[in-house]
Amino acid sequence: MPAELQAPLQPQAQRAAPAAELVVEDVSRSYRTARGGQVAALEGISLHAAHGELLAVVGPSGCGKSTLLELLCGLQSPDSGSISCPPAVLMPQRDLLLAWLNALDNAALALRIAGLSRRQARARAAMLFVELGLDGFQDARPHELSGGMRQRVAFLRTLLAGKPLLCLDEPFGALDAITRCEMQDWLAQTLTHEPRTVVLVTHDVEEAILLADRVAVLSPRPGRVIAQLEVELERPRVRTDLDVIALRERALAALGVGAGR
Amino acid sequence: MSARILWVRGGLAPIVLAAALLGAWELYVDLAGVESDLLPAPHAVASALWSNGGLVWRNFTVTAEQVVLGLALALACGFALAVAIHLSPLLRRAIYPLAVGSQAVPIPVIGVLLVFWWGFGLFPKLVVIALICFFPVVVTTVDGLASVDPEQPKLLHTLDASRWQTFRFAELPAALPAALSGVRIALAVGVIGAFIAETSTPSTEAYSGLGHEIITDAGGFQTARAYAATAVLFVFAVTCFYALALAERRLAPWSSQSRGDTR
Repeated sequence: MPAELQAPLQPQAQRAAPAAELVVEDVSRSYRTARGGQVAALEGISLHAAHGELLAVVGPSGCGKSTLLELLCGLQSPDSGSISCPPAVLMPQRDLLLAWLNALDNAALALRIAGLSRRQARARAAMLFVELGLDGFQDARPHELSGGMRQRVAFLRTLLAGKPLLCLDEPFGALDAITRCEMQDWLAQTLTHEPRTVVLVTHDVEEAILLADRVAVLSPRPGRVIAQLEVELERPRVRTDLDVIALRERALAALGVGAGR
Repeated sequence: MSARILWVRGGLAPIVLAAALLGAWELYVDLAGVESDLLPAPHAVASALWSNGGLVWRNFTVTAEQVVLGLALALACGFALAVAIHLSPLLRRAIYPLAVGSQAVPIPVIGVLLVFWWGFGLFPKLVVIALICFFPVVVTTVDGLASVDPEQPKLLHTLDASRWQTFRFAELPAALPAALSGVRIALAVGVIGAFIAETSTPSTEAYSGLGHEIITDAGGFQTARAYAATAVLFVFAVTCFYALALAERRLAPWSSQSRGDTR
């Protein structure tokens, strides 16, 4: 992890560090609406993340967070600015598990797509499946799994795509509060075993601070980076830790809410 | 145990209803004194079926062959058209109006014209059945193929899936339950399709199907035999329908599980 000496609250967009694996520079993206107007989703976004880092992007709904991930995954191109990042895989908001495949086959989907036979794909996915706490659910169909279990399978599917950059779009947004806490711990743990560069989009500031090395705060539409926070706290982090709370309040203040106002 | 009782009750219900309807029919003919040439009682129909078993059976095999082959043709064309419509907006625009229009064509008239073109064989009959059956297959399959979550192709794209793999892993299985519903409708109209095919195309065969038989018998006041042939068509259609429902549970088990209906 690069030890950068920085004020925790950085109002300006960040210059890219030379070792950065992911560099987004001054990217803008707008949409044409049905009535022919233009809506700016992202405006002058600059971000970076080093190899193995987790960058969290927080912001209110409709600030273009999902658009950002689609840009990173190459599903869209920016109107202006540049993006340099390794091949990325998307974990969408909804788990999108295939109803006709059981949990292990869903997890191994990327391996099937890469040309492995069903049996080879299952064998390759089997060990991680157990390591991620899914043992016993190999042959369960998605509708038989709880929300948290489904997200685990979806995350494993993302992991097994074998890409250096994971783009997680509010992975725990649809879960109840208790399951969400469990899953945050689970993700932190999993990433220590299977380190990847991760861009985590969330509207949960606390989640961002618990998990990330750096948090970028976006403004409401059009999305601009209004603050970047380095989170240099020891892991595992606890939500009641005073430093965590302080950072959370800073991020909320940047968004114009919370006790900072 | 309770599931078994439920099954027995569920299996019994249609039998009880059918028996009640037959009983009412029998009573009506008996009490009102309807002449058996006009409306034969169920027992007369049963005895006509018994004494004409060989004739009805041979005609049945002719009709069953037509229904099965005609449906196969309808499904092959229906699925192919649905996939073409799904994959290409241009083909969608080109094909859909023609497919809809084909349903407005008076098919009994077409039957004769098809015989002018292809002769007295089996083929023009199959075309008539396929023309009647393919449309529900196309409509339901197209809807099924489009029922995939719009985010799904994006996800598969980032997993490096090709267009074919997106089709094979996501769209095709997603379409299966809807497509099978289309097949059910096609099957239900397929039997009447065979009737139309037989009665609208002249035939040179000795046994030319139950439809042909019904028309001939009705004309010759063999009313009980006409009803017997109709009853065979009836049972045939019901059997096919439930055989398909059974196949559906094996082909697309996730759909009956999530919808909660099994029969």
